[in-house]
Amino acid sequence: MTLFATFRLALRALQRNKLRSILTMLGIVIGVGAVVAMVGIGNGAKAQVEAQIATLGQNMILVFPGSVSSGGVHSGSGGAGTLKLEDAKAIEAEVADVVAVSPGCRTNAQVGYGNQNWSTSISGESPDYFEIRQWTLVSGASFNEQDLRAAAKVAVIGQTVAKQLFGEEEPIGQIIRVKNVPFQVVGLLKAKGTSVMGSDQDDVVVVPYTTAQKRLIGSTLLRMISVQCSGEDRTNAVVQGITDLLRQRHRIGQDRENDFMVRSQQEIAEMATATSKVLRMLLGAIASVSLVVGGIGIMNIMLVSVTERTREIGIRIAIGAHGVDIMSQFLIESVTLSSLGGIIGILIGLGTSSLLSRFAGWPTLTSPDAIIVAFLFSAAVGVFFGLYPARKAAALDPIDALRYE
Amino acid sequence: MTPVLQLEDVWKTYSSGDVQVHAVRGVSLTVARGEFVAIMGSSGSGKSTMMNILGCLDRPTKGTYLLDGVDVSTLDRDQRADIRNQKIGFVFQGFNLLTRTSAVENVELPMMYARDPIPPKEMRKRSMEALEMVGLANRYDHHPNQLSGGQQQRVAIARALVNRPALILADEPTGNLDSRTSIEIMEVFQNLNDSGITIAMVTHEVDIARFNKRQIVMRDGLVRSDELVADRLNAKHEREHLPALPEPPAA
Repeated sequence: MTLFATFRLALRALQRNKLRSILTMLGIVIGVGAVVAMVGIGNGAKAQVEAQIATLGQNMILVFPGSVSSGGVHSGSGGAGTLKLEDAKAIEAEVADVVAVSPGCRTNAQVGYGNQNWSTSISGESPDYFEIRQWTLVSGASFNEQDLRAAAKVAVIGQTVAKQLFGEEEPIGQIIRVKNVPFQVVGLLKAKGTSVMGSDQDDVVVVPYTTAQKRLIGSTLLRMISVQCSGEDRTNAVVQGITDLLRQRHRIGQDRENDFMVRSQQEIAEMATATSKVLRMLLGAIASVSLVVGGIGIMNIMLVSVTERTREIGIRIAIGAHGVDIMSQFLIESVTLSSLGGIIGILIGLGTSSLLSRFAGWPTLTSPDAIIVAFLFSAAVGVFFGLYPARKAAALDPIDALRYE
Repeated sequence: MTPVLQLEDVWKTYSSGDVQVHAVRGVSLTVARGEFVAIMGSSGSGKSTMMNILGCLDRPTKGTYLLDGVDVSTLDRDQRADIRNQKIGFVFQGFNLLTRTSAVENVELPMMYARDPIPPKEMRKRSMEALEMVGLANRYDHHPNQLSGGQQQRVAIARALVNRPALILADEPTGNLDSRTSIEIMEVFQNLNDSGITIAMVTHEVDIARFNKRQIVMRDGLVRSDELVADRLNAKHEREHLPALPEPPAA
């Protein structure tokens, strides 16, 4: 019997029991729909995290002070005042493939303009910081090396700060007060949005680190050193170079732990995506379980169908059908059932994810690969769970089958 | 000319547990082309087993069986399926048509399983011819549940004919029919036989066997008698002279 004729036969058999076919398909529909929707949501979340990571900067490596133990008491990480300006200068001078370095210090302060005030984070950085973070200005200009040397009282402000203090007013050239020190606003940063960790990156005032240390913090200890390396493939070498250099400078013995941490952008990205990866795997596992359950439903109905049609099978074999003919008849029936369920499931999954992104605001991203895989998988479920009933049908003895009531 | 059926010392033994049941105990038989044979016997005589062996649905335990010159006693499952498809047309007691499938599609079924694919147009043409031969061409698109028992059996006969087999094998073809319809069916068989088709049928109805040319009576797995029918009935003549059945009085 030709494949086309067998396929037509299968479609007719399924049409005959419409309700039953639909109910059987439902398992696969729900399974595939869940997989497609889950993958869409998972990919959307991943893409969002990746976009946020891209806002971190380009080929960036961050150095933080580590924990230190003195007299058996561990300070928390970042608690140690181990990073000094000299460390940053040494990294810039001695580690190969380093393009730019910005020593960073941080403090929180109340910032005032006119009768407005806003509590925000003050970063002391070098002019290279904006290049390292790939952060452009919408107006004004960044402070320069001269401002740095002179510890000039100039500030570059983020969008959130600008909105809070100035509203619609033009901030460039205005004087703001930080801890009662007047700063002139020289630049306005472009909006960067939420960071991977969920904080508002635009809620910031960036000043030269020299000014910050002298006027605002009164300490030369660094909270972070931002480093840019020459290329993504150099990242590991630079991380290693910084580690070796700082261990040497801090005189850390062979068997002692680092009193600082070096994190590349990739590591930060991996940390950020790890949770969403676990979540996606979990959702995928649940969806697969429902696919398997759907497959068992198909097997069940196919077994019922084989029993019901014992006589028909007997007639077909008596008239000259080979075992293969009977087997392919039932196999194509179950594959048709499961693939049809797969197609409907894909449509429902796509619909669900677009509804979620429209009404719940979740970012979703459906890839054609996921759809193809979902379809092939549903067809494979049909083959796998249809095989046993089909073989059972093909193995029937025509004499018994014809006598079956 | 090779005989259509040639059986030599055919045995069929079933073993259930320790008990061995000899359903057929050494039957030798030859049926030539153009014969119209009735195989008779009470239940337990081995006639059903004979039928299954003749129909290549079962294999003899011992002995050789040549169907149209081909030794089928050694063939495997799929080879026997091909032999059934090409050389045998089955007619069953219960008609065994596919439900919810039109008459013409039922007749096409054996051609669907032919090893050399037949184009759909050719299939339809041959089915219509076969339906014509049993006088049902005008009902080709009816489904079995829209046909009477006699008409269903005619569709089954058309299905048996369509691959132009060497032998039509009928298992109690009139068993589910009333006497008038039975005679009509026997008329169809007689017409087919007159056109040269070999027919073997199993029946336990003595008056039905009288339409055949030859009667073989089986008992206890053996052939008891094998003789030509002396006072053979003509189905057409019988049908025309049936007494009219009383009609219910008009209300």
